[in-house]
Amino acid sequence: MDPETVDAARVVLEARRISKSFSGVQVLFSVNFELRAGEIHALMGENGAGKSTLVKILSGFEQPSSGEVLLDGERVTFPANGAAEALGIVIIHQEFNLAEHLTVAESLFLGREVTRFGMLDRKYMRAETRRVLDLLGCNVDANALIGSLSIAEKQMVEIAKAISRDARIVFMDEPTAVLSREETSFLFRQVRKLRDRGTSFVFVSHKLDEVIELTDRVTVLRDGQWVKTAPTSMLDGESIAQLMVGREMSSLYPAKNEPDVDEEVVLRVDALSTDYVKDASFEVRRGEILGFSGMIGSGRTELMEAVAGLRHRLSGEVAIRGESVPSGDVHAANRCGLAYMTKDRKAKGLLLNSGMTANLTLQSLGRHARIGYLSPASEAAALERARRRFDIRVRDGNVVARRMSGGNQQKLLLAKVMETEPDIIIIDEPTRGIDVGTKQQIYHFISALARDGSSIIVVSSEMPEVIGLCTRVAVMREGRIVGMLEGDEISEQEIMRYAAGLKKMAAA
Amino acid sequence: MSVNEESIQSTTHRRTWRDVDLRAVAPFAALALLLIVGALVNPNFISLNNLANVATRSAFIAIIAVGATFVISAGDLDLSVGSMVAFVASLMIIFMNSGVIADPALMLTAAIVFAVAVGGACGLANGLITTVGRIEPFIATLGTMGIYRGLTTWLSQGGAITLREPEIQELYRPAYFGSIFGVPVPIAIILAVTAVAAFILYRTRYGRHVVAVGSNSDVARYSGIAVNRVRTIAFVIQGLCVAVAVLLYVPRLGSTSATTGILWELQAITAVVVGGTALKGGAGRVWGTICGAFILELVGNIMLLSNFISEYLIGAMQGAIIIIAMLVQRSLVRKS
Repeated sequence: MDPETVDAARVVLEARRISKSFSGVQVLFSVNFELRAGEIHALMGENGAGKSTLVKILSGFEQPSSGEVLLDGERVTFPANGAAEALGIVIIHQEFNLAEHLTVAESLFLGREVTRFGMLDRKYMRAETRRVLDLLGCNVDANALIGSLSIAEKQMVEIAKAISRDARIVFMDEPTAVLSREETSFLFRQVRKLRDRGTSFVFVSHKLDEVIELTDRVTVLRDGQWVKTAPTSMLDGESIAQLMVGREMSSLYPAKNEPDVDEEVVLRVDALSTDYVKDASFEVRRGEILGFSGMIGSGRTELMEAVAGLRHRLSGEVAIRGESVPSGDVHAANRCGLAYMTKDRKAKGLLLNSGMTANLTLQSLGRHARIGYLSPASEAAALERARRRFDIRVRDGNVVARRMSGGNQQKLLLAKVMETEPDIIIIDEPTRGIDVGTKQQIYHFISALARDGSSIIVVSSEMPEVIGLCTRVAVMREGRIVGMLEGDEISEQEIMRYAAGLKKMAAA
Repeated sequence: MSVNEESIQSTTHRRTWRDVDLRAVAPFAALALLLIVGALVNPNFISLNNLANVATRSAFIAIIAVGATFVISAGDLDLSVGSMVAFVASLMIIFMNSGVIADPALMLTAAIVFAVAVGGACGLANGLITTVGRIEPFIATLGTMGIYRGLTTWLSQGGAITLREPEIQELYRPAYFGSIFGVPVPIAIILAVTAVAAFILYRTRYGRHVVAVGSNSDVARYSGIAVNRVRTIAFVIQGLCVAVAVLLYVPRLGSTSATTGILWELQAITAVVVGGTALKGGAGRVWGTICGAFILELVGNIMLLSNFISEYLIGAMQGAIIIIAMLVQRSLVRKS
């Protein structure tokens, strides 16, 4: 397949000419892939390129339609449903596989509890859990309930679980999507340490800089086809992106368009407090893109949900074009033209078992109803419009949301929110877990909306995104807005200073 | 049945046999199979007379189960329907016996309105306890199941409550025994109730909200749907369906007792599940439910007409059917 195979490193897992179809639609076309002992191998590609499917086949969750998988040079057929774990192959999912009501120690030993004289040896399991967590530099209490952990901490527990099972081959699907920078570098340090001890990693991520920083080799897939495998050192971000998209990438971010200073203030939030958010005030002008940056858990989502009426506020005022919006009333906010797009598209955004139409029109059914009757023609027309406008690419118009790629799901969610015809749009993590090409599209949608006079709040943990899109950036820390940056002040260093608490707004 | 799915498909996509949702088809296949088995067991079985008879007798469960389809689609469960039938029927008969209105026709009309109102109120109570009280629907309706049953026993003092006015009896009789254009009234009512329910579930805003709440209440909330209101209304619809069933039940015997409607909740839930509605919510199939109710009654009928299984085993058979239906449902999900 590629000239680098002559390398001395032993191949532990290999896929040969793997093809896969789902109900008649082929998603992988004779793909080759090999993983060496002690390497970190990035698997890259746009959404829908077939990365997830390949990972599922290599970890035994799906069987290939044709082709073979070789483990240590021998052909294997994995038992169904992830029993490949016994062979030392572990997959860390984007969605967590943790039971909320178990403790961290119980989760780590779930299914292989250690017993002494027939009784659970809790002491040993706790100590062992502590050891693994310390190894990861994670200070979560072994007795804490999973349900009480933050998303980042859950991710760490998932990784600890994989490590504690002596995994030889670890698949990580977007492991850093929910991690802060510090947590990410912690994780990377740990992954490198494990690699040096011979563990192999397959790292699926959309974050080019992380791929370049962490991985040894890169395999790129495009439209279900193998495109290239090469040492990471021979590539840079630009060339990987080009391989993924198959065309020259123009600038990722559209040109900024600063609104006039005397432009009407459409949204004014005054001294808003919730259980966590304290005394947050800000305003948004017509046509403005305001960014919200900060660490995970800094209260950005909670603030935005309170503004959108999805959450009650303890005190403070939200006014849209001068009209005060009551607390905890989504409908009032919607009527005033404000819409909130959740960052959690799978749990809060889309009905995964429903088709595109049911999802698209869910928030705006009133527009398709005449005396209570929902017109199928009107809904179908809305879907056609949305597919064209947001470039939702699916092979089968009947597909349920679960089967769509992350990028298409995100576009569908954006389309759903835009169906309510809002002119103030709060977008929480606009590009979480989606590929570069789709990211660029979404940035252009956002920019175009602002140019047409909509006001947009972008909440994002990805700093380049906030910096590239927004004309003003608010930084939150521990429930407070600690900084408001404009123009040239907007830079990673400056945002970091506020987010880490090194600097505070003069006025506050 | 799958009006819902059909509306989803885009104009460009043509359906192939692979796309047919097996879960939607399974109950009708089972029904067809039962009809064949029945015909083999006893030639009288397949006669129009017998089948019409079976359909008529399935009316109570069918209509209640239509309501249960809403509650279950919204992700809840109502165990109180059997007791509610007894309670609403008792109150209705007591009302008619009270003689507050002299004219029988007027009295009957008032009693019908009264029964519907009581049914709706019982459903509302279930809904509010579940949503405002934030109690698991299983527990909430287990509680009201006891309450409605207990109140009925108390009203009847452990005996029966019988409709005394012969004039009203005469007037009301055709509601169960009569027919419209040759179709027995109960069958006509089943069809009417189901048609209305199917319209609401598949083609109105509220129906879409029910399915959204049942499949993921967080998504529904973030889409600006008043989740608790949707759930409460589903319970009210269940109450109204119970009331309609009572309207058919009272003229049949003209009497109720503390044992009226016992285990009907089991049969209603069985009908819903057999019909292909997912018990965990998010997918309602109204016509499937009717099919399920019919299957339950048919099984009983076949057992009666055949000589090799005792009809005393009907309850056990119905219990087995719900388990089999769940197993079949799950195996079909895996395939798709």
